[in-house]
Amino acid sequence: MGNLFKIAIRNLLRYKRRTLLTASLITVGVVFVLAFVSISGSFKNMMIGQITDSMLGHLQVHRKGFVASIETLPLNLNLKNGAIDRLEKILDAQPEIEAYSPRVKFGGMFSNFTETSSIRLTAIVPEREFKTVPLLPGRVTEGSKDLKPGGILIPELLARGMKVKPGDAAVIVATNADGSVNGKQFIVTGVMESATGPGGRDGYIHLDDARELLRMEGRQVSEYAVRLKDFGKLAAFGEKLDGLLARESNQQGKPIFELHIWEKLSPFFNIARMIDVMTFFIRLMLIAIVLISIMNVMIMAVYERIREIGTIAAIGTLPGKILNMFVIEGFCMGVVGALIGDLVGIALVYILNALELTYNFGQQQGLILQAGVSPADVLMISATVIVVSVIASLQPAFKASRMEPIQALRHT
Amino acid sequence: MALISAKQITKTYRVGEVDIQALRGVSFEIEPASFVSFIGPSGSGKTTLLNLIGCLDKPTEGTLTVADTDVAALDRRASAEFRGKNIGFIFQDFNLLPVLTVYENIEYPLLMVQKVAPVERQKRVTALLAAVGMADQRDKKPDQISGGQKQRVAVARALVTNPKLVLADEPTANLDHDTAYMVLNLMKKMRDEFNTTFIFSTHDPKIVGEAETIFTLEDGKLNEDKGKGGNGHGKSL
Ligand SMILES: Nc1ncnc2c1ncn2[C@@H]1O[C@H](COP(=O)(O)OP(=O)(O)OP(=O)(O)O)[C@@H](O)[C@H]1O
Ligand SMILES: [Mg+2]
Repeated sequence: MGNLFKIAIRNLLRYKRRTLLTASLITVGVVFVLAFVSISGSFKNMMIGQITDSMLGHLQVHRKGFVASIETLPLNLNLKNGAIDRLEKILDAQPEIEAYSPRVKFGGMFSNFTETSSIRLTAIVPEREFKTVPLLPGRVTEGSKDLKPGGILIPELLARGMKVKPGDAAVIVATNADGSVNGKQFIVTGVMESATGPGGRDGYIHLDDARELLRMEGRQVSEYAVRLKDFGKLAAFGEKLDGLLARESNQQGKPIFELHIWEKLSPFFNIARMIDVMTFFIRLMLIAIVLISIMNVMIMAVYERIREIGTIAAIGTLPGKILNMFVIEGFCMGVVGALIGDLVGIALVYILNALELTYNFGQQQGLILQAGVSPADVLMISATVIVVSVIASLQPAFKASRMEPIQALRHT
Repeated sequence: MALISAKQITKTYRVGEVDIQALRGVSFEIEPASFVSFIGPSGSGKTTLLNLIGCLDKPTEGTLTVADTDVAALDRRASAEFRGKNIGFIFQDFNLLPVLTVYENIEYPLLMVQKVAPVERQKRVTALLAAVGMADQRDKKPDQISGGQKQRVAVARALVTNPKLVLADEPTANLDHDTAYMVLNLMKKMRDEFNTTFIFSTHDPKIVGEAETIFTLEDGKLNEDKGKGGNGHGKSL
């Protein structure tokens, strides 16, 4: 085996310029893919992180039918006492769950005593909410991040439009499940930016205030936001929990709960998907580059060496050995291209990070590009290049191994 | 028992619609340790016959036995194995592998064709390097040595596996007269030393004199002459 490598490497060095050109083509491809994968990957992860960690949570559980009519935030589709107990018992028993947070969601009117505007409110227990969506406090740009009963966090849109600052008083008016209207005065605790872009009309109040404002009897929860210890296990855990929840049914035998992972709740999932699709095509392009360039070089190599192939075949080299000789040549070229590409690619990402390039996402201005190259990506890309190199050499190598010695020896 | 026994072998090439009869019923026997030459004009079938003996091609008719093996019955892989084990080849154009040194070229069959342990390998290659007088050139690449030197390396490569038979199709055609003699004498010396049968083809009448047994091919048929020594080891049937 070592001798096959020796012969292959010497043959590659025999046509230095050609080998160099092919290897550098592969290198450029690897660098490009590595840079793209790491930058788009970090952007995607940042985006998903922003959405799940500052707003949605990793997954949510509602009463069956709530999400379908989420636009109207229907109070009559809240979970009530018995269902809350059953659900919390299940959630408490899951070791995969880091934290979960009960929320009541409803629509209302926000008034600063001179103007009135609509607002969507999420009522929370702050300690639990902040454990479930840890980036939420970071969205508070003015005032205090600490939400106490009687306080309200209002969206930037309203603060700017209605000229309200932290410390100001405001009134929320809301209609409860029975249709009666009630109002309550709040002190503006803080102003928060929207997680996903301009135009957000979402505010936060304490769950106790919502109970009073909506004159709730007993306990009520519109949604449970859940955070997992390991985001990577979301799909598997989602299925497991879905199975557990499906067993919980009401007197009519209908399921009580519905579970949605963040992907089903956010339009940004489509952007994440698009990034994946783009990455896929970029990888495909790399495969095409490697396939074509290696195959091209190997076809030439076999053609140039027909007489040598005839010689070694005549003196008894078995077809399998001849095949290996050429496949190893392709393999070595792939390895060299991948290795140099990895090094240059990692260096490039490192330089990009050092340059501290900035970009905006939604309301988040001047985020610093922090692209990370994951070892898994590097391995995956290198393995792809090497495997494709071997595949590309197979056909020419096979042709070489099938040559008839006399004909090959007569070739001029 | 003859090393090679050919009975009424014919070889017909089909080119398009036309059949070309390269060999028309050739029979002969060659004993071990012979030094045999096939001569004849261009197109008489020398290369064709050597290819058959060398197990690189199959006769159209007749039987050909080499080292007790009916070579026509071997498939592709078995022929390759048979060649690797029993036959050494010397080519007109030397055909050394350009990426390997002199030493590595001689070593090649022991590494890639037969599996020979390193110590034994080194012993054999070194001995042959010395025997062909190339020990001082061992680390040169083929493009750094002369044609005569290349053919000496090729002789060593052909012998390194201790084959029963070495075949050389026009081994001296690309060498000047003196060098050609030197290579032939080397081949003869190797025959004496290793008792290997050498069969070569040539159309150079001066070189032919070096052979002990001479078969003359004409238009695909055989006429036998005896070499100058008259103690030939082969006979035409
Ligand atoms: N592969 C082939 N296909 C068709 N015809 C062939 C083939 N090889 C040889 N021949 C024909 O067979 C005949 C014998 O050829 P061969 O090469 O054996 O002659 P030779 O004695 O070696 O000649 P030379 O001295 O020119 O090498 C010639 O007529 C040649 O044209
Ligand atoms: Mg010939």
